Amino acid sequence: MKAAVILLPGLNRDRDMIAALTKISGRAPQTVWQTETAIDDDIDLIVIPGGFSYGDYLRCGAIAARMPVMRAVKEKAEQGTRVIGVCNGFQILLEAGLLPGALMRNASLKFVCREVKLEVANASTAFTSGYTKGQIIRCPVAHHDGNYFADPDTLADIEASGQVAFRYTADTNPNGSMNNIAGIVNKSGNVLGMMPHPENLIEPAHGGTDGRALFEAALGLVDA
Amino acid sequence: MTIPNTVPITDELIAAHGLKPDEYQRILDLIGREPTFTELGIFSAMWNEHCSYKSSKKWLKTLPTTGPRVIQGPGENAGVVDIGDGDCVVFKMESHNHPSYIEPYQGAATGVGGILRDVFTMGARPIAAMNALRFGSPDHPKTRHLVSGVVAGVGGYGNSFGVPTVGGEVEFDPRYNGNCLVNAFAAGIAKTDAIFLSEAKGVGLPVVYLGAKTGRDGVGGATMASAEFDESIEEKRPTVQVGDPFTEKCLLEACLELMQTGAVIAIQDMGAAGLTCSAVEMGAKGDLGIELNLDHVPVREERMSAYEMMLSESQERMLMVLEPSKEEAAKAIFVKWGLDFAIVGKTTDDLRFRILHQGEEVANLPIKDLGDEAPEYDREWREIGGLSEISHADVDEPADYGLSLLDLLASPNNSSRRWVWEQYDTLIQGNSLQIPGGDAGVVRVDGHATKALAFSSDVTPRYVEANPYEGGKQAVAECWRNLTAVGAEPLAATDNLNFGNPERPEIMGQLVMAIQGIGEACRALDFPIVSGNVSLYNETNGEAILPTPTIGGVGLIPDWAHMARIGGARQGDAVILIGGDGSHLGQSAWMRDCLGRSEGAPPPVDLMVERRNGDFVRSAIRNDLVTSCHDISSGGLAATLAEMAMASDLGMKIDLSASHGPAHALLFGEDQARYVLTVPADMAAYVAASAEGAGVPFRLLGSMEGDSLKVAGLMTVAVSALRTAHESWFPSFMDSPAALAAE
Repeated sequence: MKAAVILLPGLNRDRDMIAALTKISGRAPQTVWQTETAIDDDIDLIVIPGGFSYGDYLRCGAIAARMPVMRAVKEKAEQGTRVIGVCNGFQILLEAGLLPGALMRNASLKFVCREVKLEVANASTAFTSGYTKGQIIRCPVAHHDGNYFADPDTLADIEASGQVAFRYTADTNPNGSMNNIAGIVNKSGNVLGMMPHPENLIEPAHGGTDGRALFEAALGLVDA
Repeated sequence: MTIPNTVPITDELIAAHGLKPDEYQRILDLIGREPTFTELGIFSAMWNEHCSYKSSKKWLKTLPTTGPRVIQGPGENAGVVDIGDGDCVVFKMESHNHPSYIEPYQGAATGVGGILRDVFTMGARPIAAMNALRFGSPDHPKTRHLVSGVVAGVGGYGNSFGVPTVGGEVEFDPRYNGNCLVNAFAAGIAKTDAIFLSEAKGVGLPVVYLGAKTGRDGVGGATMASAEFDESIEEKRPTVQVGDPFTEKCLLEACLELMQTGAVIAIQDMGAAGLTCSAVEMGAKGDLGIELNLDHVPVREERMSAYEMMLSESQERMLMVLEPSKEEAAKAIFVKWGLDFAIVGKTTDDLRFRILHQGEEVANLPIKDLGDEAPEYDREWREIGGLSEISHADVDEPADYGLSLLDLLASPNNSSRRWVWEQYDTLIQGNSLQIPGGDAGVVRVDGHATKALAFSSDVTPRYVEANPYEGGKQAVAECWRNLTAVGAEPLAATDNLNFGNPERPEIMGQLVMAIQGIGEACRALDFPIVSGNVSLYNETNGEAILPTPTIGGVGLIPDWAHMARIGGARQGDAVILIGGDGSHLGQSAWMRDCLGRSEGAPPPVDLMVERRNGDFVRSAIRNDLVTSCHDISSGGLAATLAEMAMASDLGMKIDLSASHGPAHALLFGEDQARYVLTVPADMAAYVAASAEGAGVPFRLLGSMEGDSLKVAGLMTVAVSALRTAHESWFPSFMDSPAALAAE
């Protein structure tokens, strides 16, 4: 499968993401600049990395979600192409309407960078099939606005339809998110947004490889 | 030649520019006429302490700045050191003390921004940052506000820019009540054949302005930072700049792309004294004149005067001399990143610094003299120190060693700094091998299979206060030791010298003696100073800060598979002390924080012993004999053992009965050149024999076992209790209701 990484000014975990995808798949992903209006047909996985697009001086991800490249991402997502947004990428997917809910400022009102534990809430998505349901994995977070919020109906809906992919374990929730939500997928299951950074835990030098299975699954490197 | 003056130059105006009467006379002698208002501003910007180093230059020249690996020493934006394979590390530390006290968030943020710019101006991609922060007493009403603002500012800028913060220091002392210290360090990696310097070359070439627009923020900032504080401090807020990390991130990417095109002949970031300092530096270094037409400077405010444009310290700006044939390609890169690119002047052959504004010449000065003829002072100084050692008998042993250790670990200066560094992105770029909490931060060299760099920032101000010479030595030795403790070969260092008013002989004495001590240690340890910064006048109403010469060091780890960490010891491992028994209680953290006594001489530093012991530890680590390692510094052996037990989440069984001296000196003495290692039990005899062979003092202290730190006959404390004590102070201090009310 072929991957593409979306580049917008102010994103800063793009190099981490490109390195992770390259190390796991054996080839460098394509990069797509914000002003592009189309994404190549042969791309099977689109990744929006983390950072502070446009400085996040407006609502996180709000400006990025309105850039030309995001229309192309939306089109591809609607056609079923897999899309992952991590951290700022998750915020951008929410702002673009590809996922439900919103991310508010952390309950602590502070930026937080630390390792947390994630419970795999749904192991039957295209992104989580390398894990087992209920498996606890390690993963770092690094964000200021990761406090997931949705209105009661939306929350009930995503819970009922198994859209929660990852939850923080109750004792490691770093931001106060509802139902300890760390990552969700859309109804069709081809778009994943998550606050934690699996790309920073994929090799022994990172102190662990728990993030690797996510990319292996998304890239079709494991049997679903 | 005369230029009409719209603003009369009065004695008050001269004084308000921080220029002394004899300095003004020097200006008159140099240019043979009264300066214009803009020219007065330019002189004030170039001749203040912050930019000219006029009080410290004489002594800075005595520091060792060369070595087989040094590619660029002091004098450029940052120092450059060869790390092999065509790569080099580019690094510097710089203070942002004055602005951070006035406006903590922006002051600290722009301190980080400034140092990152220094690094990428030279063509390096920043890969690591550190911050050495010092605040007043925890119960001073301003302290929480400053801690909260400075930490948020450091994080706000570094996290958004995208550099991992891998180390630093946070300390409290009442002597910083009126002046906090924010010393920001950054390091980047460049190719040795693609380093960019500020020296302009070629006549008639375009001078290009890059980056963000110029506003009125920071006008006079460098002059402000060269004066003491008094009650009027609140009025100085407009001299603090406002940071924009998003623009800086774009500027980084644009500059690195630009440098690949061959368009850059010379480049200089606009830091202190903005356009003035950057233009003068480029011209003067290249023996060229510079002519600027301010009508072409991108501005974000209307009706800015020439004076304001020349002195603005708006952030995220660069000046460069452009290879004219590459103009279109260069411009396209800046358009892509949404940044300004404007030709604002040219290089000339007349060695003049000419400023044009709205058709008029507003300044015309001899460019070399602005830098070279800056006043240089040989200030009077007084020898400091001579405190005698305190005897063990004058210090009572604690009634309960376990409780005393818990007290120490839960004290403001010895507790965990997790509350601080969890607000910094320590992992971004995916290369962090060791984050804060250990001896040194360690980052992989991108694109190299095994190589890593280690970073540490150190100084013990209470030692420097008690004896500036020994304290200066100790700052270097501790930095060198921390790098060694992870298995790195210390390469070179940057110094950030923070002191009070140098016009007072006792303060000048601290500065002179500290520099002498630093120089002595750097020579003995082959650890040259390749960049640095001096911050003087850190005084409020006549009270100076503790003398604080911060040393930021860089070390090289050839293969990170063979490094050591503070944690990672296994059940049954032997615990070995490298270096002598603890004996020196003078100026110890334990006496200060548990007994309230700051007395006696600081521990002396024997640099030959330091080197011998360190070289032994490094070779043991590289030979894979060591399962964990930690140096002994503030808090002595007891704090080191506790920190290692917490990091490994394992107890220790220690027996000091073979050691010589009273228990409080053994446990809390801060004798130098010491480490604690853990090694597999079956390797203990081999390590001991090797130490003996190398002439290194050692002592087998015990082993890793159980879940308590047990020191036979002295204490038994559960590791969980150690952790609770160590981790609680900072969050409870910052989150107390009083803190919220104060903000």
